[in-house]
Amino acid sequence: MKTAVIRTSLSLGNVNLVLGLLLAVFITSVTLIGGSLVPHDPFQVDMGNRLQNSSSIHWLGTDQLGRDILARLVYGAKLTIGLGTVAIVVAILIGVPVGLISGYIGGKVDAILMRIVDGILSFPDFILAIAIAGILGPNLTNLLIAIVLVRWIVYARVVRGLVLTEKQKEYVLVSQTANSSSLKTIRMHILPQVIPDIIVMAAIDVGKVILLVSSFSYIGLGAQPPIPEWGAMLNDGRSYFQVKPLLMVYPGIAIMLTVLCFNLLGDGLKSHYDIRRGRGRI
Amino acid sequence: MSILVVDNLSKQYSKNLQALKQLSFSLEQGESLGVVGESGSGKSTLARILIGLESYQEGAITFQESPIAPKKRAPLRAYRKNVQMIFQDAASALNPKLPIWKSLLEPLKNYSEFTPSFIEVDGLSDKDIAEKLLGLVGLDSNLADRYPGELSGGQKQRVNIARAISLEPSLLICDEPTASLDVTVQVQILTLLKELQQQLNITILFISHDIRAVTFLCERIIVLKEGSMVDQFELDDLYKSRRNSYTKALLDAASL
Ligand SMILES: Nc1ncnc2c1ncn2[C@@H]1O[C@H](COP(=O)(O)OP(=O)(O)OP(=O)(O)O)[C@@H](O)[C@H]1O
Ligand SMILES: [Mg+2]
Repeated sequence: MKTAVIRTSLSLGNVNLVLGLLLAVFITSVTLIGGSLVPHDPFQVDMGNRLQNSSSIHWLGTDQLGRDILARLVYGAKLTIGLGTVAIVVAILIGVPVGLISGYIGGKVDAILMRIVDGILSFPDFILAIAIAGILGPNLTNLLIAIVLVRWIVYARVVRGLVLTEKQKEYVLVSQTANSSSLKTIRMHILPQVIPDIIVMAAIDVGKVILLVSSFSYIGLGAQPPIPEWGAMLNDGRSYFQVKPLLMVYPGIAIMLTVLCFNLLGDGLKSHYDIRRGRGRI
Repeated sequence: MSILVVDNLSKQYSKNLQALKQLSFSLEQGESLGVVGESGSGKSTLARILIGLESYQEGAITFQESPIAPKKRAPLRAYRKNVQMIFQDAASALNPKLPIWKSLLEPLKNYSEFTPSFIEVDGLSDKDIAEKLLGLVGLDSNLADRYPGELSGGQKQRVNIARAISLEPSLLICDEPTASLDVTVQVQILTLLKELQQQLNITILFISHDIRAVTFLCERIIVLKEGSMVDQFELDDLYKSRRNSYTKALLDAASL
């Protein structure tokens, strides 16, 4: 049975998952090992060594303040990927229970919760995040709070929709006639059906959040200097683009590869689960 | 003694959809009552109301002399222990992601204070209990570890029956339990239900549009049409006295 699952995931149809996993391994190892290979302090200013090209000491050269670019990229990776993951995990922890309760209990509870959700959803993501960052002040923490506030709703809605279909299933009714508590029925029969969709969504969402954080930092509403967040690094490099375009190319590539990685993982996992579901149906 | 009395039961889904109209009947301890009627006549609605999955607007349901209170937790719990249901679609009544033994044990886990009579010794593991249950419905104990997708339709319905009788209920509601099965398997399932009824002294409310299945299992039959009861008779009287024209049409359709 296990080999069958592995075979499905490695089959030709799932190039996405394989590429995504390879990329993830690459990014993770650079992030974890990279720091110790290049023992530079990402914050250490060295005005004598500004805008250096790559060398055996500074593998990717230095920026306009003489800081080691690779060290800053690696530090930025931990920050960007870590924060993106935390934001989505928190959004899931809020949104999924709300969606489960709303969908399963229905009635007034559902009406109230969904009214709140629709209210918040009527504002576009980006505008709402800008407003919140504007009100709370521009820094990474506030940006993350804004992202969580915007994203939990999406999970609540999607999960509610899934629950509405799941709870019509006869085995859910059987569970009720067996006098299982709502919590037990949800845990035993509904949550397991919902989890794959949440995982797929989360993988794609982490990519989106990384892009969002970088965009916000780039326009000055996210990470503030000297924090080496990738978007902030893009912003830093902008004034020196004529002299040293690589200052923008490196963080750009880092963002691109990471977002690509999460998208590939998301798509790959989606077809992986679809195949398995298809098998289940036959 | 009547185990279940339904008095003047009406159910309205929407303004112009009345699924049940002032339905009254009673069920005697130990008998099996057949409910027949064409598609849409309200049979499943009746079953779902009786099992507490659906609300109703008018009428009263009395089980073992006390009115059922679907909103109160403790009486509902006691009621569900005593009244179990078998659903029409054998496959979708089992969670495809759970091994058979887990599905089988869900009801018993919720009534841990209750020990059914088929458990004769203490200290049985969950798997042991599930295997005993499988034995009760004539299934091999090695099915316990399988998943629903690895069972035939008839085997699945047997598992559903095993789960329903695990609490040793006094009333078993069967909503077209054979409709999703092949004819030969249908007979096996009906035979199993008949045997279990005699062994465990269960009262059965057997719903079907297949009047042949009903005559196989039931001594008494009521006929539903558009939510109303249009006929009721003892099986022995089926050919003796003059029957309602609707009943005749049903009999003709089944070429009986
Ligand atoms: N949840 C519901 N909401 C609205 N209308 C419903 C619902 N369930 C059933 N109905 C309607 O109530 C009527 C009776 O349906 P019911 O399912 O009880 O019939 P049935 O006798 O079981 O039919 P079948 O033999 O096809 O299973 C039908 O007109 C049906 O469309
Ligand atoms: Mg029906």
